[in-house]
Order: sequence, then C-alpha cells, then structure tokens
Amino acid sequence: MKHLALIAALIAPTFALANPDPSDWDAVTAEANGQTVYWNAWGGSTTTNDFLAWVGDRVLEDYGVVLEHVKLTDTADAVTRVLSEKQAGEDDDGAIDMIWINGSNFAAMKDADLLFGPYAEQLPNWAVVDVEGKTVQTDFTVPVEGYESPWAMAQVVFVQNTATMPDALGSMDALLEWAKVNPGRFSYPQPPDFLGTTFLKQALVDILDDPSVLQTPATDENYNEVTAPLWAYLDALTPHLWRMGRAYPATGTAMFPLIADGELDLSISFSPGAASTAITNFELPDTVRTFVLDKGTIGNASFVAIPYNSGSAAGAMVVANFLMSPEAQARAQDPNILGYGTVLNMDALSTDERAAFDALELGIATLSPAELGSVQAEPHPSWMTRIADDWAERYGTGQ
Amino acid sequence: MLRFLPALTLLAMLGPVVAGLWGTALPAFGHLPAAGLAGPSLDPFRSLFGWAGLSAAVRLSVMTGLIATSVSLAIVVFITAGWSGTRSFSVLERMLSPLLSVPHAAAAFGLAFLIAPSGWVARLLSPALTGWDRPPDLLIVQDPLGLAMIAGLVVKEVPFLMLMTIAAMGQAQPRRSLLVAQALGYGRLTGWLKTVFPRVYTQIRLPVYVVIAYSMSIVDVAVILGPSTPPTLSVQIVKWMSDPDLSMRLTGAAAALLQLALVIGALGLWWCGERIVARLGHRWIMSGGRGKFDAPIRAFSLGLGSISAFAILFGLAGLAVWSFAAFWSFPNVLPDSFTLRTWGRHGPDAVATLGETFLVAGIAVLLALALVLGCLEAEHRSGRGLTRRGLWLLYLPLLVPQTAFLPGLQTLLLNLGADVGRLPVIFAHLVFVLPYVFLSLGDPWRSWDTRYATVASALGARPWKVFWQVRLPMLLRPILTAMAVGIAVSVGQYLATLLIGGGRVSTLTTEAVALASGGDRRAIGVYGLMQTLAALVPFTLALIIPTILWRNRRGLHE
Repeated sequence: MKHLALIAALIAPTFALANPDPSDWDAVTAEANGQTVYWNAWGGSTTTNDFLAWVGDRVLEDYGVVLEHVKLTDTADAVTRVLSEKQAGEDDDGAIDMIWINGSNFAAMKDADLLFGPYAEQLPNWAVVDVEGKTVQTDFTVPVEGYESPWAMAQVVFVQNTATMPDALGSMDALLEWAKVNPGRFSYPQPPDFLGTTFLKQALVDILDDPSVLQTPATDENYNEVTAPLWAYLDALTPHLWRMGRAYPATGTAMFPLIADGELDLSISFSPGAASTAITNFELPDTVRTFVLDKGTIGNASFVAIPYNSGSAAGAMVVANFLMSPEAQARAQDPNILGYGTVLNMDALSTDERAAFDALELGIATLSPAELGSVQAEPHPSWMTRIADDWAERYGTGQ
Repeated sequence: MLRFLPALTLLAMLGPVVAGLWGTALPAFGHLPAAGLAGPSLDPFRSLFGWAGLSAAVRLSVMTGLIATSVSLAIVVFITAGWSGTRSFSVLERMLSPLLSVPHAAAAFGLAFLIAPSGWVARLLSPALTGWDRPPDLLIVQDPLGLAMIAGLVVKEVPFLMLMTIAAMGQAQPRRSLLVAQALGYGRLTGWLKTVFPRVYTQIRLPVYVVIAYSMSIVDVAVILGPSTPPTLSVQIVKWMSDPDLSMRLTGAAAALLQLALVIGALGLWWCGERIVARLGHRWIMSGGRGKFDAPIRAFSLGLGSISAFAILFGLAGLAVWSFAAFWSFPNVLPDSFTLRTWGRHGPDAVATLGETFLVAGIAVLLALALVLGCLEAEHRSGRGLTRRGLWLLYLPLLVPQTAFLPGLQTLLLNLGADVGRLPVIFAHLVFVLPYVFLSLGDPWRSWDTRYATVASALGARPWKVFWQVRLPMLLRPILTAMAVGIAVSVGQYLATLLIGGGRVSTLTTEAVALASGGDRRAIGVYGLMQTLAALVPFTLALIIPTILWRNRRGLHE
C-alpha cells in the first residue's frame, strides 16, 4: 500500500489539472449533478446571504448542485482551513469547495498551490465577461491565470448622510479638513478588515502625486518613503475620528447603524449600490447619498476560487459559471437585491439579456457608471500587507 | 460494564483537553511538520513577545477576568447575606434561574443595545434630560479598559454564582447559625458573613475558579463588547490561528500557552487572595462588630442584583424590538413602525439552524446523561462517593481556557483524518456538557432516600429494576433539569463549534456571532432571540413535563 501511495504521489502532478476537465463542459455538468458545494463566503451581510441562497436554489434547479453557504467572519479562516487540511494530508475531499476571495488571500493560496485550476477562462460564460474594461485578469496586480473566476465588481464610494453633511468631498485632504471641523463623524472599519485596508490604500493612492509606484511590489528600500505621507495623514486624522480613533467599527456594514443613529455623517463602502439597498432595508435613512473623489477611487473584482482538495470541483465550477451568467449578474446588480457591479461586457450580450440590465432602477443613492468615473488600480498586495501590519502597530494596539 | 463508565466519562471529558493541549504545545515550540517547520524553537515566543499589543491584551484578559469575578461574587454574597430567606430573595432567585440559560452572546448583544451611546438607555433620556439629539461620541462599548465587557460578564455570572450559592446553602445549614448570631445582636448581613459565608465559600470555590478561567478566555462576549485596539488575548489567539500566514499559527499557539499560564497565575493570585481575606475576615470576626453598615449594603447589593437581572431582560426585549423594527433612528424610543420583514428574511434560516443546534445539543446531552447516570449508579452501588480529587477532575475541563486547547484539538483531529462536521463537534461539546450535567444531577441523585431502594429490593427487585422503575422516575425532575442545563451549555458553545466544525456546522451561536461583525441589528435580534429560546424552552419543558406526568402523584412534586 505504501508503495502505491508513493507512486501515486509521484505521478499525481501530471494529472492534477485534468480532473475534472473544465473544457469538457458536458462532463463537468454531468459530474456536478448531485454534488454538494460548500461555499465559504463572508456571512456578515444579510443581503449577500440572501443572494447566495437564491444562487443555491437556481443551481439546484438547473444542475442538481446543492449549494451550502458556510458563513465566515473572515475569509482568512477558509484559507487557514485549506492549509490545515493540506498539512493533515486531506487532499481529496476537504471541507471547502469554493471561496469568495480576492487580494492577499488569493495571492497566498495561489502561492502555496492550494487552488484548483486553471479553470475560469474555460467556463462557457467567460465569453461574455468584460476582459478589456474590468480588472478580471489581475487581482491586486497578481495575475489570475484562471485560478479564480470573477462575479462582481466593486468600487470605493463614500457614503454621506446629506441631512447632516450636505456637501460631497473631492479628495482625502478635503476629508481631513472636514473631519477637523466635524470631529467624531467619520470612521473606517478596523484593518485588517478588507474595507479598512481599502480605506488606507485609497488614502495613499489619493495623497501620492504619482501612485504608479504601488503597482510594483513594496521593497524595504521604498516602503518607508512611499508610505510616510499616509502615516502623517492618519496621525492628523485619527484624533478627529469617531471615538477619537480608540475604537473602530468591525466592518463596513457595521457603520450603517452608526449613520442611521446619527453617530456618523460619513463612511465608506466598497459596493456602489450597497447604500441604496440598505435604505430599502430600513438600515439607512433615505437622505443618504454616495460620492467618489475627483481623481477617482479604487476598484477591484470579487472572485470565487476552488481549493485544490475540493471533492466537488465540478459542482463548484457550475456555480462559478452560473455566477457569471447574465441572469445572476443582473440580479446581483439590482439594488433591491445586492447592488453589486457586473463583470459582463454589455456589448457581448443578446438584446434580451441586456434589457434586464437596462431595466434596473439603480436606486437613489447609487451613482451611474458615468458618475463613478475612473477606477484607480489596486496596489500590489505586498503594500497592503505591510500597511495593515504597520497600522495595527501604530493605531491598533493602544498608544 | 458499569465499572468502566467512570473511566469512559473521564476519557470523554479530559481526553480532548489533554490532546488539545498537546496539539497546542507542539507548534508553540516551533514544531509544525506539515508547514515544513521542525522544533524545538523559541521563535514563536519571540514573535509573541514582539507583538506591540501584548501587554495591553494580557492586562485586559487578567483584569476583566478578575474584576468580573470579584464583582459577581460580591453581588451574590451580599445579596445572599442580606436577603436570603426573605420574599425579595425568592423573587430574585426565581428571576435569575432562567437568566442562567440565556447564552452569553445573546446577553452581550442585548447589553450592547442598552448601554451604547445610541442604546435604549440614552434614547429614553434623550433629548429631554441629556440634550442629545444625536448620540454622544462616548466610548462606552469597546472601551479600552473593557468595562462594557466586564458588565457583560457580570450579568451572566451573577445568576451562575447565585444558583451555585443557593445549592451550597442547602448543605451549610445556615438557619441555626444565623439565629444564634442574631440572638447575639449581629445584623442579618454581618451575622451571615461571619457564620455562614466561610462554609458556603468552600462549596462554591470551584465554581468561582471556573468563572475566573471562563471570563479570562471568553471569545464571543469579548468580540461583541470588548475593545479591539488591541483585543483581549483570547480574541487575538483566534485571529492568529486564522491568519493565512502559517507562522502566525505558531505565534497563536505560543499565545495559547501564555493564556493557560495566565489563567493558572490568576487562579494562584485568587488563592492567595482567599488566604488574605480569610485572615482579615478572621480578625474581623474576632473583633465582634455587630454590623453598622448592614442596611446600606443590603440595599445596594439588591439594587445591583436587580440591575444585573433587568439588564438581561431589557436587553432581550431590545433584541425583540429590533427584530421587528422598520426604520428606527436615535433618539426615538421605539421604531417608526413595525414590520415582519426581518423575520420573513431570516426566520426560515434561523429555524433550520435551530434544528442543527438542537441535534448537536440533543446527542451531546443524551451521551452525557448516559455517562453521568452510569457513574452515579456505579458510585451508588460501590458505595464510594466522589472524592475531592474526583471533583477537581470534573471541573478541570472548565478550568482550562478554551482558547488553549481547542485550536490544538482542531489540528489533531485533522491529523487523525477525522472528518470534520457534526460528530467531532458533538464530542467537543460533550467536554463542556458533561461536567455541568454531572454537577447538576449529582446532588439530587445522592440525596435520594436510599430506603426506597431497600424497600424495592426487599420486594424482590434487582438493582437495575430499582434503577429504572424506582429511582429514575422519582428523579425525573432533576434529570430533566440537568438535561436542560446541558442543552443550554451546548447551545451557547461558540469556539468549540467554530473551530472543530470547520465551518460546516453552524449553530445559532456561531451564526449570531458571525452576524455581529456585520452590525445588522435586526438580523442579530432574530438570531439572539432564537438562541435564547433554544436555551429557555428546555428549561420550561423540564418544569412542565414532571407536573403533567405526575399530576396524580402529589408526593413527587417535592
């Protein structure tokens, strides 16, 4: 037996990519029928949870795939899980079949060979994905290479309550000046929360005259110099934050009740439609609007990836493909449902398919694609890792 | 068969703890072969001591644990001293018992809704009394000193210690001592403290130790009410354990060992404190003071006890209102209107999760009950009671901080190739359910009048027949109560479900805490309420079922 296992281990890499083969779609759907897919995705947003449940109903109906949403508080938990399984030699049927992922978690998993693939560009619906206009082939500058498939576009917007804060702000410097006059009315989620680190990156990108240096990995030589303006900015801003920066909201959605109660006038969101959705769910007052900065704001795509040891990779691919379908994308963009940006190329769709998108009422607080303006690229993940660590040291451990 | 049950029980209770500690110790000293790391090495500790937040996190863990325990114990002792035997005391007792089963997370959510700057208390007073038309920018919840967290722990530990004290009083025979003391001119409170308290404290000492260990290492309450810059050591351990960077797991394991050492140190400190209090108390007793401040202390303690009980009750009411609220902003005391929408959205999922929660709890409790009844029956037949050492073993799983052994257990289970999911979670829950079922059932079981057994044997019944047909039916009420306690313990488990279940097992508690990060108060209201119901309904059934079954057996109604 031992020998067999050894031989299997030796020849395994040759076949690792072929099982199941994403380019043979009929075989994939046949194998997927009856499989259960455990999708590990952040579970803090009730609207997202509802959308995932709907996806589950649809893939069960069309493909016989059972989708279980494993609700995470932190995507890193899922990464850890796969890592521990690899350590334990659980290579065939791990607990996780699909992860909502991007950025550093993706970079870490891809780096450690923990992902199934490449598969994304073989999926049938890849043909209608907007490869040119949306950042779906790089994830925080890391090449995706088919190891994750996109399902939503996100872009930073600032959320303001116009009842107490009538004017939009054009830059991070303007935000600082405003905060000085209105102390305690702004906050951001505590890094390493995804949106919290995004705020830090957004600040850095906006402060730097030339943010292109962020597109290459941070080095020991340039890191301190490049980030110095950010720390100066935060040192100036922190005393004027909500609770004087001694406590932070846990996540982006945790700031909605703070706005609703009038504790905050301003917060940020990574989903241009989330504010409108929250208004319909009574979570925000209808005086809330969103805005972007003059130079534009950071945007990126949300992906799903399949761990290398998923026992239901075929089922997971079926779900990933369904997520990129015009039906799922139009539903995700509906502000009454989710309000996420689509990854599809409108020109590649049929007239009927496009009509579903055109019919959407984006909601009172959602900016149109034109108003969202230009998207700033995500910095290389090495910047975010270091900045998040430094932030924790400077502001996250009590000074 | 019966002979092996005590050993099996010990294994079920302590096996996972010991194995988990082993699984924690290895990576703490740099040994994680799967990640290509071989120990021994002290690097994990170096990295731990290099963390800038360490001193604050350690201080938080130790201070919140010790202060929460001292305050809870003081409230309980002074209330019992000042009021036991009175009508107010039995009212309070009746109020506190159901509160014991309210899960910590639900109580913490409720408290947060009450005391936050935008909470119910501020809404009631604003703007009329405070002048606030917007919530003040005050650091009440998540404060760096952990005061909100201490409050959250106190409201939950007061009912626990109170019931433990009431149970202990049964054996301490306080009436006669108190009569003598009062005849000698001592006030009610001073007399009780001087004559009864020393005997009662020996009985509740282990529960007090459990409260210390638990408060120092709790994760869910700390996440909801505790500070985050930095968090408590236990929360930080869970964060390190889930960091994608593997070396952080080593740091987390080292921190878990530190947490264990801290708990041992705090228990040692408390033990020294006991000695000091005993010496001072002895001097105080000898001084012969009759008690000048009895009246204000009595009033004050009853006030604090009532506040702690009402904090949970109103907190739960707050959860209920939020779950039905349409738009509701500060400073309105009630929502603009009510809606069933939140329940429509989350109700079906919550009910499905309730099923999973009860399945896990039910199996764990039945296993625990079988083991405990077996142990008690073995104890009865062999005539050898639980020794002092046995009692310590029983408390051991509750004294070892969860954050010290559960992460290690998770790694070990994976190494064994045990499938993740429900079964390991049930066994992990069993570790915590067993001691509580044992403690809850032990006393009523032992105090059963064995002359019934003698009579039954004389009539020709074999020991098992006595067990099934005489003892079990007569002890139905305590058995059901013990089951209800076990279910409440299982329902409240957060870390054991999260880590051992690998995310595949979600109970109401893991769902509720996951929702905490999203801040959707309406959804939290739904899950917090469901969680509370899941723990309360079994208690209600434990009261009702015997009454119905024995409606024509008046003697069995106590």
